[in-house]
Amino acid sequence: MKNYLPLILGMMAVTYIPRLIPLLIMTERPINPLLKRFLLYIPYTALGALIMRGITEAPPNMRLITLVGISAAALCSWFKGELVLSVLVAIVTTFLMLQF
Amino acid sequence: MTKDHYISKDLRSGIISGLPIVFGYFPVAMAFGLLAKNTQVSLRDSSLFSLFVFAGASQFMALDLIQAGITAGNIILATFLLNLRHLMMSASLSVRLKEIKKYWLVFIAFGVTDETFSVTSLGNRNLSVPFLLALHGVSYASWVLGTIAGYLLGAILPVTVQSSLGIGLYALFVALLVPEIKKSIPVLFLSLFSGIVYAVISYFRLVPASWSLVITIIVASLAGVLLIKEEATEI
Repeated sequence: MKNYLPLILGMMAVTYIPRLIPLLIMTERPINPLLKRFLLYIPYTALGALIMRGITEAPPNMRLITLVGISAAALCSWFKGELVLSVLVAIVTTFLMLQF
Repeated sequence: MTKDHYISKDLRSGIISGLPIVFGYFPVAMAFGLLAKNTQVSLRDSSLFSLFVFAGASQFMALDLIQAGITAGNIILATFLLNLRHLMMSASLSVRLKEIKKYWLVFIAFGVTDETFSVTSLGNRNLSVPFLLALHGVSYASWVLGTIAGYLLGAILPVTVQSSLGIGLYALFVALLVPEIKKSIPVLFLSLFSGIVYAVISYFRLVPASWSLVITIIVASLAGVLLIKEEATEI
């Protein structure tokens, strides 16, 4: 079997360094208010994009099921506001749909 | 309460907050382990991928590219582009981690993934060192153990269970976002707009696939800075 250690170490470097650098340098000084707003918006824009990716990148036969599963989570979260319960509802809904 | 009490309370809260990630990561990591085995990657290297890199999407991409005969240099470059989104996420986290000592940040940074970032950023939690280390720690353990289990045991979970748990990760994103949307129109705008930008960018292939997420995050957050009135930003 091929030795993938150099590849793994390279991937580790380009994954870890971008995760580390902002935490080290940006916690040091006060930041510009506009930049701060930009940074505070990131959780919402990242989640919007990630959810859309989950739907569009699902295999064609799983797309509708994915959409229904996460919609179940959305409904449960809207009415109950319970994180773990909403995730469980989505898992169970998806599982049941996959039985047919 | 004494300091020790706070620490154990935060540790527990980190572990509990991490449970949806633990259950979501395990089957996905198993799928990675099994796929790595089928790609002729040794057990040692498959485990090291998860131990050292800890980035789901890029690990799967790497297997794909290995199979296609792409060189290591190009795989590393693609990984860099794909994971630039974590640069944005860490930058966003830095606003809330100003009180934490530098040497802890070195460990915390390793565990910044889409899922842990989402759990830390939303839900108004107290981001202490024990909380973050526990949340990242259980997620990491699940990812690594899942990889090894998948490699050694193969597909012990039925496909339907695997897919359902995998979709649980997206359900986690949705369940984190919905309560914030309920409270704030700007949040609804930001997330909806970002989803649309991502769909357009990826459908029309406006940028290389590994760039799509980071470009979307930048474009949508910038649009937010330009379009959302400042007083509406107490989000």
